[in-house]
Amino acid sequence: MTMAEPLLAVRGLRTVFPTRRGLLAACDGVDLQLAAGEALGVVGESGSGKSVTFLSVLGLIRPPGRIDAGEILFEGRNLIRLPAAALRTLRGRAMALAMQDSLSALNPALTIGTQIVETILAHGLARSRAAARDRAVELLHCVGIPSPDRRLNDYPHQFSGGMRQRAMIAIALAAEPKLLVADEPTTALDVTIRAQVLDLIDRLRRERGLAVALITHDLGVVAERCDRVMVMYAGQVVEEGPTAEVIARPRHPYTRGLLASLPSLEDPDRPIDAIPGQVPDLTHVDAGCRFRNRCPLAVELCMQPVELRALGANRLSRCIRAEAVA
Amino acid sequence: MSALVEAVGLAKSYALRRSVSQRLARRPVPTLRAVAGVDLMVMRGVTLGLIGESGCGKSTLGRLLLRLHKPSAGSIRFDGIDITHAPERALRPLRQRMQIIFQDPYSSLNPRRTVREILGLPLALHAGLQGAEAEARMLAMLDRVGLARAHLDRYPHQFSGGQRQRIGIARALILRPEFVVCDEPVSALDVSVQAQVLSLLRELRSEMGLTLLFISHDIAVVAHLAHRIAVMYLGRIVEEGPREAVTRRPAHPYTRALLAAVPRLDRPGTPAPRHLGGELPSPLTPPPGCPFHPRCPEAGPRCRREVPALVAVPKSDAHRAACHLLAGGVA
Repeated sequence: MTMAEPLLAVRGLRTVFPTRRGLLAACDGVDLQLAAGEALGVVGESGSGKSVTFLSVLGLIRPPGRIDAGEILFEGRNLIRLPAAALRTLRGRAMALAMQDSLSALNPALTIGTQIVETILAHGLARSRAAARDRAVELLHCVGIPSPDRRLNDYPHQFSGGMRQRAMIAIALAAEPKLLVADEPTTALDVTIRAQVLDLIDRLRRERGLAVALITHDLGVVAERCDRVMVMYAGQVVEEGPTAEVIARPRHPYTRGLLASLPSLEDPDRPIDAIPGQVPDLTHVDAGCRFRNRCPLAVELCMQPVELRALGANRLSRCIRAEAVA
Repeated sequence: MSALVEAVGLAKSYALRRSVSQRLARRPVPTLRAVAGVDLMVMRGVTLGLIGESGCGKSTLGRLLLRLHKPSAGSIRFDGIDITHAPERALRPLRQRMQIIFQDPYSSLNPRRTVREILGLPLALHAGLQGAEAEARMLAMLDRVGLARAHLDRYPHQFSGGQRQRIGIARALILRPEFVVCDEPVSALDVSVQAQVLSLLRELRSEMGLTLLFISHDIAVVAHLAHRIAVMYLGRIVEEGPREAVTRRPAHPYTRALLAAVPRLDRPGTPAPRHLGGELPSPLTPPPGCPFHPRCPEAGPRCRREVPALVAVPKSDAHRAACHLLAGGVA
């Protein structure tokens, strides 16, 4: 990777939602960088803040939720200060989102073709409806939908799950964005179809320099597809580094716990160790380490604030005992 | 070892409604064959894992074995008793011996009932237990699944997903059944919680001597629990055998493709080399011959004509697969 300005840089991002029990910081002090052509895996369980972080980047946090602190630099421009109209142009045009649930992300009352054509026209990427339609055929072809000119007239329910997911990626890619946020894009898909969708995203990254943030709970998918991984827990980044290294030598007890809780096909009888306990209530967290109540390595000092710190050239860990994680 | 559950030629078809235009054109009523002729035995004390992609009929098969659905053809025996056409009244005494754990702990528990009511109902209905006796049984069960006395009078929404699944497990096991169908019991849970529930199921299985049908799309999860594995595709069992044989020496091209597509942690940066193309065909219009032939890299002319039967895999014990490659070739 060159030292050039990253496509996306997030610093100190804090996004909050008011709840009956108090203010909930769904992501709290998140830093990240993503370069063009890079695939970053974002791993964490429900409530870890992985989706909220990227919905914040896309400007999709609905009130009363709000971005409370931090900056989001996209090609050097701070998106938080950008007026709504400018952000809208950027969103969909330069940044796109592919969601988990393609059935609810697509409009059931419009044909697949209409939805792609509308997207192309809304961003002014074609001069006429006919030109937009040609482009739509090309996009569906590119995501591997057979006989795309005929399938354009189909409604979402006439597509299979895998085809819908790919159609949604086609819509997300209609404006040739620079950043694709793929939020659990394949969770609802079966293994054989999942591989096809991930292959497609991979190819676009290599051929067009698309930056991809792959948000998932599946470490296996990240291992295969992402050079770098960021592990989130309770609203914070707890570990980051090259995927192969993080998997081989985790430097945070939570990452290690996640790895130990996965059954392995190669060694199916290996006992799996669940992480005991539960994620803390995010409306009532103190300044200390958020994993300490479930951590086998926890000591008194873990009640103090813990910063994300560098371990060597390209590893980060939010654990004071990172060196003791084995 | 005896078979606790046995299915022969089991099938389930659903007649779909015709649209107005189809009626006017006098088109035949379309039927969906969810399960298309399954022969299967679950031996007492054995966990049979059932894997397959969504829509392959694995959940329908699980429910058929419990006679929650009426089969369209074939027969089911439970502990030697033919229950294929047994009326509900005759099934009643058997119900407590066979139970089910559902996938979604959010929708499978009645939100208006407390844990006490959820667990109390089967006890009152099937075991005739009430009052202190029932409560003692509930508390013992709750304790066993890792919940406390204080949880007894709470409602499902007051629990996390993992805790709800524990309630689902408690409900299924409180009558001390012999046979339990686990239908994707951990698919809706986070990985760390999934591991807690899997470990719990493993412990309870050996303590209570349970026979399980464990349905999942996650092969690693299935391999962790199952002694034997059956692979389903478009309503049919395409391979069945001991866990090691199926995962290490798969005999059916579909099983091989499934295993190859599992993302692995031990070789970062290298996606599985060859992926299966195409889509699962619609069960409304299954392809002729072998249901897998349109996606099979090894298909030949025979595969387009003839449905392959489950045959013994050569040099592999108690291992069967439905592929012409094992029985005279595909030409």
